[in-house]
Amino acid sequence: MVASTEAAVPLPRRQSALARFLKSVALLRESPVGMVGAGIVIAWALAAILAPLISPFDPNSTILPFQKPGAIDPTTGKVFWLGTDKIGRDILSRIIYGGRRVLIYGPIATACAYAVGIVMGLAAGYFRGWWDSILSRVSDIVLSFPIFVLYVIVISTFGASGLNIVLAIIFASAPGIMRIVRGLTLDLRNRDYVAAAQTRGESPLYIMFVEILPNARGPLIVDACLRLGYVTITIGTLGFLGLGLPPPDPDWGGMVNENRALAPAFPHMIVYPCLAISSLVLGLNLLADGLREISIRD
Amino acid sequence: MLIFLAKRLGYLVFTMLVVSILVFLVLELDPGNVAQKVLGPYSNDEQRQIWMEANGYLDPLPVRYARWLGDFMIGDFGMSTRFKVPVSEILLPRLGNTALLGLGVLLVMVPLALLLGVLSGMKEGSVQDRTISVFSIATTSVPEFASGVFLVGIFVLWLGWLPGVSNMVGGFDIAQMVLPVAALVMYGFGYITRMTRASMAEVMQTHYIRTAVLKGVPQRQVIMKHALRNALIAPFTVIMLQINWLLSGVIVIEYLFAYKGFGSLLLEAALNKDIFVIEACTMVAVLVAVGTQTLADIGYMYLNPRIRFS
Amino acid sequence: MTEDARPPVLEIENLCISYFTRAGEIPAVKDFNLTVHAGESVGLVGESGCGKSTVAMAIMRYLGSNGGIVGGSIKFKGRDITHLSDEELRRMRGSEVAMIYQEPMAALNPALTIGAQLMEVPLIHEAVSEQEAYDRSRQMLADVKLPDPDRVMAAYPHQISGGQQQRVVIAMALLSKPALLLLDEPTTALDVTVEAGIIELIAEIAGKFGTAQVFISHNLGLVRETCDRICVMYSGEAVETGTIGDVFTRMRHPYTRGLFGAIPLPSANKNDRPLVAIPGQLPLPHQRPEGCNFGPRCEYFRDGVCGPNAIEMRDVPGEKSPHQTRCARFEEIDWDAPLGAGQVNDPIEPGEPVLVVDGMRKYYELYDRSIKAMLSGEGVKYVKANETLSFDAREAEIVAIVGESGCGKSTFAKVLMGLETATEGTITFKGDEIESTEVQQRPREQVASLQMVFQNPNDTLNPSMTVGGQIGRVIRKFGVETDPDKVHERVMRLLDMVKLPRDFYFRRPRQLSGGQKQRVGVARAFAGNPAMVIADEPVSALDVSVQAAVTELLMEIQREHGTTLLFISHDLSVVRYLADRIVVMYLGQIMEQGTTEEVFAPPYHPYTEALLSAVPIADTSVDKRKIVLEGNLPSVLNPPKGCPFETRCPRKLGAICETERPPVLVDSDTHRIACHIPLESLQAVEPVFFSVAETGSPAGPGAGSATTGSAAGE
Repeated sequence: MVASTEAAVPLPRRQSALARFLKSVALLRESPVGMVGAGIVIAWALAAILAPLISPFDPNSTILPFQKPGAIDPTTGKVFWLGTDKIGRDILSRIIYGGRRVLIYGPIATACAYAVGIVMGLAAGYFRGWWDSILSRVSDIVLSFPIFVLYVIVISTFGASGLNIVLAIIFASAPGIMRIVRGLTLDLRNRDYVAAAQTRGESPLYIMFVEILPNARGPLIVDACLRLGYVTITIGTLGFLGLGLPPPDPDWGGMVNENRALAPAFPHMIVYPCLAISSLVLGLNLLADGLREISIRD
Repeated sequence: MLIFLAKRLGYLVFTMLVVSILVFLVLELDPGNVAQKVLGPYSNDEQRQIWMEANGYLDPLPVRYARWLGDFMIGDFGMSTRFKVPVSEILLPRLGNTALLGLGVLLVMVPLALLLGVLSGMKEGSVQDRTISVFSIATTSVPEFASGVFLVGIFVLWLGWLPGVSNMVGGFDIAQMVLPVAALVMYGFGYITRMTRASMAEVMQTHYIRTAVLKGVPQRQVIMKHALRNALIAPFTVIMLQINWLLSGVIVIEYLFAYKGFGSLLLEAALNKDIFVIEACTMVAVLVAVGTQTLADIGYMYLNPRIRFS
Repeated sequence: MTEDARPPVLEIENLCISYFTRAGEIPAVKDFNLTVHAGESVGLVGESGCGKSTVAMAIMRYLGSNGGIVGGSIKFKGRDITHLSDEELRRMRGSEVAMIYQEPMAALNPALTIGAQLMEVPLIHEAVSEQEAYDRSRQMLADVKLPDPDRVMAAYPHQISGGQQQRVVIAMALLSKPALLLLDEPTTALDVTVEAGIIELIAEIAGKFGTAQVFISHNLGLVRETCDRICVMYSGEAVETGTIGDVFTRMRHPYTRGLFGAIPLPSANKNDRPLVAIPGQLPLPHQRPEGCNFGPRCEYFRDGVCGPNAIEMRDVPGEKSPHQTRCARFEEIDWDAPLGAGQVNDPIEPGEPVLVVDGMRKYYELYDRSIKAMLSGEGVKYVKANETLSFDAREAEIVAIVGESGCGKSTFAKVLMGLETATEGTITFKGDEIESTEVQQRPREQVASLQMVFQNPNDTLNPSMTVGGQIGRVIRKFGVETDPDKVHERVMRLLDMVKLPRDFYFRRPRQLSGGQKQRVGVARAFAGNPAMVIADEPVSALDVSVQAAVTELLMEIQREHGTTLLFISHDLSVVRYLADRIVVMYLGQIMEQGTTEEVFAPPYHPYTEALLSAVPIADTSVDKRKIVLEGNLPSVLNPPKGCPFETRCPRKLGAICETERPPVLVDSDTHRIACHIPLESLQAVEPVFFSVAETGSPAGPGAGSATTGSAAGE
């Protein structure tokens, strides 16, 4: 057979998924803003992963209260780089561990919200009709709640546990994600390759998840970065309002709230946590902007 | 047109009904829970039972909901357990204060954001654009409580120009409004700026702008007459939706500056399980939010001739 | 050689334009020369990326922030516009040089009334009063034959049809009586019969206003109908210029000749005079070869002569008017030698009917949710997308469905593919009735046996999947092969079949050109050995030379496999070339069907007649009667009660056409016409096309003498 001999022709190697991923990461170099953002985010991620190694003190142990930044712990001789709070915990260590906490809860909440929002958005955009009407109505109603009013009643009613916060964030974010996915799906479902899949009898699930979803990834990745930033703000703000992750584990917003009364005398107790949360969100937002810039260009 | 208005209003009523059911279910599904919140954690079962009987809390759920809704419609929100006065008495002045704060924010934020957005989107990729973009991303990245802290640090603790508390104990003081407004504007304007920028940049790329330029229309007129009219349609909706965000933002800022507004009331009620105040605040907040959305839809239709005449 | 006595309006000399990108300077146009005299119209022709639009934008000096004129001069009435200040430039734009654009809808501001947009022109350039600006604008709307100018003045762009929008754009351009008009593909976005009206208007402009025109187009037929001279561009350079007559009959550049060989002229025929595609691909601007840009694709290329030195434009001796070519060897080439291999195929004998459509109807329900409609009981309206379609297609036959937008051809394809179900009637495919079975309920063999090639190359393939993965999926889905090695091998054979290199297996769609993507689409459709393939405008989005290659490929595979091809198209020249039989549709109904010869010769349905007349023909030996339809295409929501074509028909009989459905006239076994006009009268109609040699009428623009009717406005 001719075919079998031809099949013996060596084929070009397929690019591995990793290689393609690295290639797309390399694209980020085109955007200086995105690079700065990625740098900040990676720095925080590293700090969160390496928290036990790099934080000088245990975040929850009370050592010496009211220390200014740069003061030295007389027992161990270590430096309180950012000072201590009113009950004597090292602020730098608490900020590092606080970052770890927010970088665990934030991505989990965002990812879960995405899972829910994507399924809803694909269904509404692909099937349209009744599915769309019902899902869109539901999400309109959730979105008509001023978001913190929603958080305040939900968390004050059900209590401020990590799980409740994650659930509240999913509940509040999924409709927004659903709207974006629905919009993208409504556009992509009219593409000829979707029609091609339909005309060969593919199932709706296959079409939604293989033909449509991968091609919506660009805007979704950008949105995910922005949303992760927003979730970080949400977790911090809830902490600031006293509705956040339960103490004594450090929480950036909570640190500001606990030491607020002492701000006039000891601004370092609240300024550094504020800087921490602002820098992480800034990093995520800049990264999103860089990604968007690149995705528009190509 | 009338049909459209009727539809939007009908939708508003529908949303409010669904929200009221949700609020009722979340907060009053279990009558014992309500009694405990009203009478406090140290009340005993017998006291609660008596209270529930006296206030009709032993009736079936739909009956209780209907009565609750009826009371709400006539403005009877119940008694505040914390302030020991009818909820409406405390809610209305608070709403007035928040409206004042919100008005101040919108008056500063909207012109600033639109101006920066247009300047930025007019020449996409220019130094002017990049500077404004990065600046607006930066301010939007700072949560309200953090920008409040930074502002207080600079203007109260360091420079000493402004008061750090806005409780207005000595009557209305404009100086006390500056920092709450500034903090809310700082966080909020970036979003509108970026939406305006995107919309403006998109419009500047369109063929009809090219047509106008190649028709010999002066640059100024291209922007003012041809571009803005189209570019401001999208931000208009965004601005109206910002009212929704503002209702969230005021909770944080009023708490931070001890401003006696609706947000701090809701938060105080939530932390003290003042159930009827929570209910009233929530319903009012959602009404304001859905109401502005309805206005946004109507305004959008008016602004966009493609929708107006179809 | 004779010099044109009229003063030149535009003189472009040695123009070089570059774009500056991150990758460096990319030359877009090189050493470009063009002179346009007053009242003259010059066609600028070439494929996408050849730089023709860049030249037009350079004349307006509107090249975007990253484009710039890097050499040469553009003189407008003797003044070099490359040195104008911004203010001088602004005063020139729109008053002395005006432009007409490809997409009229996009070119008009959606938020301003048409009146405001028109009045702006005299208000800015001539500082007239509001009242005078209004009067002038209104008069100009009447001049471009728009009905009810006052209403149009007050309307927003979305409230009028596409053809009307283009008339508004033309009116806007003419308002300040420009000396030069630039037309950038002004009819590409319009339907064929609407295009005919616009082309007629454009042809009148030069005579009426004395405006010089630069007409940019990819369509040689249109250029022939509107222009005096032509300039053919290839890869940033002019390769041949001359009068229409000279270039169309005595082309002296291999690229020009290649273009003519690749378009379906009336003389082309799929069996004995097949199209010849230009081999290879257009080089990317930064990968242009040394010497002749066309060298790598040229059969006459000779190293040393055609490169490495740049080739200059040279005069063709012995012509009455200037005729230049950028071919180094034009004197040596035998221009009369047949182009390409000249392969001759035997006609195929069609077999048994594969598809029988009998009385098929597809109505969509449209819910009007307004209170008024509900009260009056008109809450549900029917969109009659397909009304009583009956025709068949036999084995190995190519049947074309022809019609303009909204004619229902796409709806029919959807029903056939099982994406929609028919409201009434039957569709029998290989003996099975399939009209009410959705694709997911159809047996796998049936689905595999009925496949489709799509229109838009840019979204026919899933951008996130490799070429091999997408074809392989079809093979597995249809159960042709299941073993991974066998699937792989079959994909390779399919790639061979569509003449793509095997290493395309791992490529992603964005690494492919438009033509290559369409080839993958063809491979995918043929993966399950289909008995019938529906091709929905498979080449209309491709460049001319690529169109020919894909068309030939499709027909070769169809011929080899004995596949029935249902070819959906709006382009009658392609259809004439490849179809065995033609079905003409209008507003969801079949107006005429017959063999290709029968449809292209009298008796015609009046709609077919207008459609044929609207096709631009790039053959100077063929001329045609001009029939320009009046009125808009009626809305499918509210079609005429009697004959659907009644509102625009130039041969309308009277009341009977408005009230009664036309009877089907039987001209022969295969030829049927739905019309109230008696067959004898239709048979007496003159052919639309006639050979110029027979009638002796001169070739050239506007040569058609028998102009019936005119566009009083769509």
